Amino acid sequence: MTAPAPRLTADRGRCIGAGMCAMTAPDVFDQDPEEGLVLLLHTEPPAAHRAAARLAVGLCPSGALALHDGGGADDRPS
Amino acid sequence: MSESVHTVTALPTERRTDCPFDPPAELLDARRHGPISRCTHPGGKPGWLVTGYELVRSVLADPRFSSRKDLLNVVDFELPPAPPGEFLLMDDPEHSRYRKPLVGRFTVRRMRMLTERIEQITAECLDAMEAGGTSADLVTAFAKPIPTIVICELLGVPYEDRASFQEQIDAFMGGEVSDEELIAAYTATQEYLARLVAAKRAHPTDDVLSELTDSDLTDEELKGISLILLAAGFDTTANMLSLGTYALLRNPDQLAALRADPSLTDGAVEELLRYLSVAKTFHRTALEDVELGGQTIAAGTTIVLSYHTANRDPERFADPHALDLSRQAAGHLAFSHGIHQCLGQQLARVEMRVAFRALVDRFPALRLAVPAEEVVLRPESADIFGVKSLPVAWDAK
Repeated sequence: MTAPAPRLTADRGRCIGAGMCAMTAPDVFDQDPEEGLVLLLHTEPPAAHRAAARLAVGLCPSGALALHDGGGADDRPS
Repeated sequence: MSESVHTVTALPTERRTDCPFDPPAELLDARRHGPISRCTHPGGKPGWLVTGYELVRSVLADPRFSSRKDLLNVVDFELPPAPPGEFLLMDDPEHSRYRKPLVGRFTVRRMRMLTERIEQITAECLDAMEAGGTSADLVTAFAKPIPTIVICELLGVPYEDRASFQEQIDAFMGGEVSDEELIAAYTATQEYLARLVAAKRAHPTDDVLSELTDSDLTDEELKGISLILLAAGFDTTANMLSLGTYALLRNPDQLAALRADPSLTDGAVEELLRYLSVAKTFHRTALEDVELGGQTIAAGTTIVLSYHTANRDPERFADPHALDLSRQAAGHLAFSHGIHQCLGQQLARVEMRVAFRALVDRFPALRLAVPAEEVVLRPESADIFGVKSLPVAWDAK
């Protein structure tokens, strides 16, 4: 039995475009070329990129990113 | 409870000359007592000093703490609001109005596209050093010109204006000129930028400042934005390059490891950012009474956040006072956290990755040209820490 894949959300209203996510997990996040705000490339990152995605969520300076684990617990930095 | 609170009597404090990379002993001592201490601001007002990583980070993400200049409660007289465009000392929504149009110009992708040009600029500096003999001041030959040229090109400051412009910025960032000189340098810079903004509006060129003239920002606001971008672009990276090189020369095993393994470069830059934290402290003022680390910060009180001490917090980084280029330094606060996190951080990273790599590759026998105790440091009162000069030598080819 495998746990459901964690699901990512990004709040572009909170995003400040620092680029920490695009730098830390470039396979999961990008910045749009005009506004520089976060673009989610995967809402359910494949296993190979989950650790980087989790690190990026933790590093986000504005709290714009959240990782919702399959178990229901949300992982959102303060 | 408050009776047991550790108190730091005066800020800023000086570093020990034998530990030039470490925070002043009083700040490390404060951290040992706990993440928050009472302190007295240089202007005599009482405040709080936050030295613990988690607490500093939480304040930076907390909208109950303001960045506004006019709310700073550190001196006996009232401070004016930040001039238009200087959004570092503003809260949202004003801060966001200025930052938003800039964000798309400083993305990871855009900054990486500058890599080749930065490599070229760096190579030219190294060529000039080699052509000049086997010794140089790394500050004037390498650490300053690279970020100066890069930010001037990005913003569109004409080449012929750069030398005088850099002098002015030096005067008001270096922390050791008289008040009159400081005001003169600041005024000259303001006047220069006003002329530059007018020129870009009249004849747009291919640069960030010209692009920004196509927005609702006024000339006065563009002047303020240019000022903080230029000041932040020069001084921070320049000091990271020179102080970082000094730190590597004082840690020869780390320098050797970096030289031997190019894959260490990106991580080395993060570790140098953490270890050196050249932007040492920032202020926030409580907008309401806030409970912080078991203390009550009364509304209107200004607190000092020591990024340097937070980045040396043993509860966050193991063996924090060791420079370890192979450690996972991500999460350091050198670029701050929260809505004010450094706009130019991706540019700074590319500059440092390129410059440190090229320097160690070019000069395999790079060394200090004077005894370490003769390397003159900036005073702790400077906004950005660093070395005044760094005499280095290398072997002729």
